[in-house]
Amino acid sequence: MTGFGEELAALPMEELLRVATEAAPDTVERALAREPLDLFDFAALLSPEAGRRLEDLAQRAHALTVQRFGKTVQLYAPLYVSNECVETCTYCAFSRTNPIARKTLTPEQAVAEARLLRARGFRHLLIVSGEHPRHVSPEYLGTILRALAAETPSLSVEVQPQTEEIYREWTAAGAEGLVVYQETYDRDTYARVHLAGKKKDFDWRLATPDRGAAGGMKRLGIGALFGLSDWRQEALRLAAHARYLVRRYWRCFVTVSFPRLRPAEYADTLARHPLADADLARLVCAFRLLLPDVGVVLSTREPAQLRDGLVRLGVTQMSAGSRTEPGGYSAPEVPTGRQFEVSDERTAGEVARTIRELGFDPVWKDWEAALRG
Amino acid sequence: MTDLLRIADREFRSRLLLGTGKFPSLPVMRDALDASGTEIVTVTLRRIDLDSPEPNLLEFVDRDRYLLLPNTSGAEDADDAVRLARLARAAGLSDWVKLEVTPDPRWLLPDPVETLAAAERLVKEGFTVLPYIGADPVLAKRLQEVGCATVMPLGAPIGSNRGLKTRDSIAIILEQAEVPVVVDAGLGAPSHAAEAMEMGADCVLVNTAISVARDPVEMARAFRLGVEAGRAAWRAGRAPERAVGEGAEASSPLTGFLRGTA
Amino acid sequence: MAERSGEILLNGRPRILTPGQSLAQLLVELELDPRWVVAELNGEPLGRDRFGSVTLQPGDRLELVRPVAGG
Repeated sequence: MTGFGEELAALPMEELLRVATEAAPDTVERALAREPLDLFDFAALLSPEAGRRLEDLAQRAHALTVQRFGKTVQLYAPLYVSNECVETCTYCAFSRTNPIARKTLTPEQAVAEARLLRARGFRHLLIVSGEHPRHVSPEYLGTILRALAAETPSLSVEVQPQTEEIYREWTAAGAEGLVVYQETYDRDTYARVHLAGKKKDFDWRLATPDRGAAGGMKRLGIGALFGLSDWRQEALRLAAHARYLVRRYWRCFVTVSFPRLRPAEYADTLARHPLADADLARLVCAFRLLLPDVGVVLSTREPAQLRDGLVRLGVTQMSAGSRTEPGGYSAPEVPTGRQFEVSDERTAGEVARTIRELGFDPVWKDWEAALRG
Repeated sequence: MTDLLRIADREFRSRLLLGTGKFPSLPVMRDALDASGTEIVTVTLRRIDLDSPEPNLLEFVDRDRYLLLPNTSGAEDADDAVRLARLARAAGLSDWVKLEVTPDPRWLLPDPVETLAAAERLVKEGFTVLPYIGADPVLAKRLQEVGCATVMPLGAPIGSNRGLKTRDSIAIILEQAEVPVVVDAGLGAPSHAAEAMEMGADCVLVNTAISVARDPVEMARAFRLGVEAGRAAWRAGRAPERAVGEGAEASSPLTGFLRGTA
Repeated sequence: MAERSGEILLNGRPRILTPGQSLAQLLVELELDPRWVVAELNGEPLGRDRFGSVTLQPGDRLELVRPVAGG
């Protein structure tokens, strides 16, 4: 069977984009009522005409979200273990040549961070790091995972793409979820913002979720970094990727995320193709309609008021109280080494309280493997 | 606009597959195949009755026009099915096989366990495998994973002519499918075929509903039209239904929070 | 069933074997057009191109099958 690379190349982008920019009211109306939607219906929901139907879109998305996920939001925390990085990504503070304070946690330090997060309620942790073959080797991450798995019910990783064999080792060590954002699905843009390092290889990164699933990952998270390239094109390709993963890896739970560029030290984070708040809200809704069972993840990159509003439209997982530098939970006063500046600076407790006020249940741990080992 | 059905490495214009069983005569069957526009017809292997030879089916099926799809009808387990498929291939019929494992003589319902086992073996031996299955979405995924070229879920038991009794399960199979989905068995009327095609099925296989009709040739033509209508409707994107008798649910606005943000 | 020399099992029934007879010759004797016949010898499928070269042996199990109408 072919991989997503072939599907991506075969997408009728010209026709899809025409619908995404020119859909007539009737086309949008039909897309709103279809079940299931196809990619052309999804394209219609990205159109300016659908922008005028945002409230209708939101009502549909809300109803579907409640039907499939209940009134719940799962909370997770990122745990940065290292900001060492050999990549050169123009938009990221961790980029190789940036003179930020570099740090890699020891397993003991990582466990200390995890314990602080556990005390705040978190049971689901996302292990994040820069991409560095020596400081953040597969063996190092395996050690970290084993150290954390003993007391953390649910672990995901968002680190350098690896081989299927290494993913198999990591799942054996306790990882259940793999998060890898393509950053941009536009090859030209991709080449423009990834100047050096292994990350230049678009196709290796694109096939990472496939290797993860083959290596036993139960959750696959993908996303695009919005602001780098035309948002409609990114959304169409991201949707096609998510749909591909849902069909191919039907045993896995798939999530999507729409992070927008945020200010970061020494980085070029000017959004050349900005995604407006209302359009971000529309993406949340449109993905819910196309893929009713796919999780939508929202980080603290977004401001509090917007995050609260998006909960009711289709967001199913949120981080809260996040620190984006290694050791940030233990030593919050450290001034440098963050990947990006968070926007929603509320504590996890405050976020949970607000979710409850919205009529939703903040879920710290939604499930745990019945059997392990 | 060309809208071709692609199965494995072959393309077809027609989305109606025909079975050749139970026709009143072979000439009628030949005319029905012609009227249906089909390009794929199924055949079965049987021991030759040495005491009373019968006319040869293949003299009535133009192999330049139709792809012969041997089925494993009569197989009660995976071993039987593999044996029949090998025979068909050795005889030069085809290396495509419609995999049927039906130990249940009453409803001819397929055995999922043996079907999966046989599919895996046949794919490894280089066959293009089209398995007939109950409308089980998980089984459909498992068969795709082992390399089947299609999945063929039943709409209703073979020969029952009851239509899409498994509609909801077929909808899930369609949503998840990475290979063409052939709705096979149970379709009793052109409207059933149209319904399957409107849902997004890639093609349908019909036999009894045509061969047992009062006028099989005319019914073959009717099925052709039903399949074409359903396919066109699916491509056209049908207009949404509007609920009747349900009061609109008043709900508070969900997007007010966006006012005042960027 | 005890195996008797000079006999094959054809479609489940014993048949006296003409010594040295090929499968192709047997088909002529049975008045069967080889183009429509599918043969399985001792459980193994036999391609049509081998009908002339295969000599039947006592004790062989031969199945002669053909395509018929079916759904």
